[in-house]
Amino acid sequence: MAFLQIVFYVFSTVLVVSSTLVVTVRNPVRAALFLVLAFFSAACLWLTLEAEFLAITLVLVYVGAVMVLFLFVIMMLDIDIAQMRAGFANYLPLGLIVAIIMAGELALVMLSGEFGDVELPRPSGHGADYSNTAALGKLVYTDYVYTFELAAVILLVAIIAAISLTLRRRPETRYQAPEEQVKVRKEDRIRIVKLPPRPERRS
Amino acid sequence: MIPLSHYLIVGALLFAISVVGIFLNRKNLVIILMAIELLLLAANMNFVAFSHYLGNLSGQVFVFFVLTVAAAEAAIGLAILIVLFRTRGSINVQDLDRLKG
Repeated sequence: MAFLQIVFYVFSTVLVVSSTLVVTVRNPVRAALFLVLAFFSAACLWLTLEAEFLAITLVLVYVGAVMVLFLFVIMMLDIDIAQMRAGFANYLPLGLIVAIIMAGELALVMLSGEFGDVELPRPSGHGADYSNTAALGKLVYTDYVYTFELAAVILLVAIIAAISLTLRRRPETRYQAPEEQVKVRKEDRIRIVKLPPRPERRS
Repeated sequence: MIPLSHYLIVGALLFAISVVGIFLNRKNLVIILMAIELLLLAANMNFVAFSHYLGNLSGQVFVFFVLTVAAAEAAIGLAILIVLFRTRGSINVQDLDRLKG
């Protein structure tokens, strides 16, 4: 068995097991941590497919940012786990039936012989001078440049939406009013008091 | 060597698992969001696998955009979750029936 095959089977096993644990484990914090493991092994699988840039992006964006956001939210909310788990076993048979049917149908398509080793052989890898990032960058900034701009707009919309949703004014907090501060004149603040001179007495 | 179908089967398993996750955790909105992330990961796995085996980089570009949209979705979803928790004191899906006609 070639080294690449061992790598593939190890990481795909870890991926499937950890994603199963994500949806079955009791504690949401543990679910988030297993999701981190799932994303990490998916990134390793993408490395075997020579998608280096996307693999690193997955680790940086998902493991580094999105999952930390998830963990923040889970720890901020006071979730009643027992109540959340109610009815867990009731939905299990239906879910399993749907999953088995779905996986079976997909397996029928995939094992139909269209995607085997003979019909679609694995391409030999690129040389050491090939840069996946450079090739992807060329494509993104030429053929897909409008889509790229659109993605930027989507991110901007997401930022504005997330901030405006969660922003709240607390009435008890005291804020500065810069416009009032700028409008102030000397007469409003300073009062000059004339005092008669009083000689100092020496004892 | 590893045929393309093995990568596709990993993606299919991931997809089925996350659909089961949505079924099982019908009450917990956080786990549902995580299952949606797994679902998108399964789709991305197929994109990357086909991109490699067909020698076409466009699949990877699409994964890039899917990642962008998924990150935006997670951010907005979690923000909505926080607002829900502030106003209702619960993220149980069963409690979120105020919009019922």
